[in-house]
Amino acid sequence: MSLLSNTSALLGKEVRTEFRSRELLMTTVIFILIVIVLFSFTFDPTSDESRRFGSGLLWLAFLFAASLMLQPCFLREQHNDTLSALRLSVSDPFAIFLAKLIANTLFLLLTELLLLPIFSTMYNVPVLPVLHWLVLVFFLGSLGICVVGTALSAISAQARMRELLLPLLMLPLLTPILVASTEVTKSLLDRNPFVQWKGVEIVAVFDVVFLTALWLFGEYLLEE
Amino acid sequence: MPAGLRLENIEKRYGGLYALRKVSLIIAPGECVVLAGRNGSGKTTLLRVAARLVRPSSGKLTFFSSARDEVATEVRPGFVAHTIMAYDELTAEENLRLFAQLRGLKNAAARVDVLLQEVGLAERRSSLVRTFSRGMRQRVAIACALLNEPGVLLLDEPATGLDPHGIAWLVETLRQLRDGGCTILMSLHGESEISGLGTRAIRLDAGSVIADTRTGATFRTILTFADA
Repeated sequence: MSLLSNTSALLGKEVRTEFRSRELLMTTVIFILIVIVLFSFTFDPTSDESRRFGSGLLWLAFLFAASLMLQPCFLREQHNDTLSALRLSVSDPFAIFLAKLIANTLFLLLTELLLLPIFSTMYNVPVLPVLHWLVLVFFLGSLGICVVGTALSAISAQARMRELLLPLLMLPLLTPILVASTEVTKSLLDRNPFVQWKGVEIVAVFDVVFLTALWLFGEYLLEE
Repeated sequence: MPAGLRLENIEKRYGGLYALRKVSLIIAPGECVVLAGRNGSGKTTLLRVAARLVRPSSGKLTFFSSARDEVATEVRPGFVAHTIMAYDELTAEENLRLFAQLRGLKNAAARVDVLLQEVGLAERRSSLVRTFSRGMRQRVAIACALLNEPGVLLLDEPATGLDPHGIAWLVETLRQLRDGGCTILMSLHGESEISGLGTRAIRLDAGSVIADTRTGATFRTILTFADA
């Protein structure tokens, strides 16, 4: 019960501070928009080409946008040592991670869904018929990126080369989920769309494994 | 609930550097202890270990209740650090409400109202903390530490940034807490109105306790010599 109430209080704080500063959302929206627009001019893609490389392009943009978003996630808590205040106040430290994880996933998913119509228009790939499946894959993929990224952000925030450390640690760990998410998205953007269940299962298992690890060992990541 | 602290052979190392060396102290419930010492003597580390924010490299920290020397596992100390430990992007009221919710206070709204009045921020309750002066920010930090009416209060140079009016308020607040049985452990530099509240003075040097007294003359010497 205290985990839920602590998480909801902290989630409210994350959302409130973000909508006041708009720091993370603006950064990610602009970054993904630039990637989508730039690639559309460079390749002048036909619909078939878009279907082939569109999923890779999308997940590449999502990955780098996420790393931009996740970098300040725990760094912001260092400014006034608010992380110590949170550690002194919560009864379960996992609540700190859970709130940040939910907030990051929501922000990333929101950004992805905002930019999906732009991708669809500029690359001439209809997404409406498979929108519900795309939302599922985006959610599972974003969750995986954010689980790993949030945990590593807690580690890197206390390190000296923090700006470099997060992407260095995050990219290799995320390879399986990125490959699987890209494959599933590619099958959904196909002229005859289908759901590649094996890929969905890989992403879901990845999420569960890393979420469990975070639940078990997250407390140690917050220690000074 | 008033509680005491027992530190047994506490050591904290950062690589090869000792921040604390074999510190053993028993602080009885209701004691008001002043920690003195030069910069880098280990005061802040000791307070952070006592707050359970820093895990000691070796040694043991326990809280015990005033009743029968029983180990008190549920003690949640109030802590005022060097930094304000509050969010710049939230208002004073939002900060207090957040930490009150996290600590599971049942009468959170009423407690927040009372504290905002007490620290003199009631009129600025809806202002973002980032718009506050250093002294006002310190008041927010003190209010946060007092939210759950803690039995143990840890303060790291609590008068930082406070004007004379603020210091007078802090002295009065700490006096009431001490008289109410709250255990207070605070680091200070030199003699001041706040150090006058102390019932015991401890001097640290290079991470070790080198003086510990409850008597008048030595008490003053510990406080003044620390900054000499």
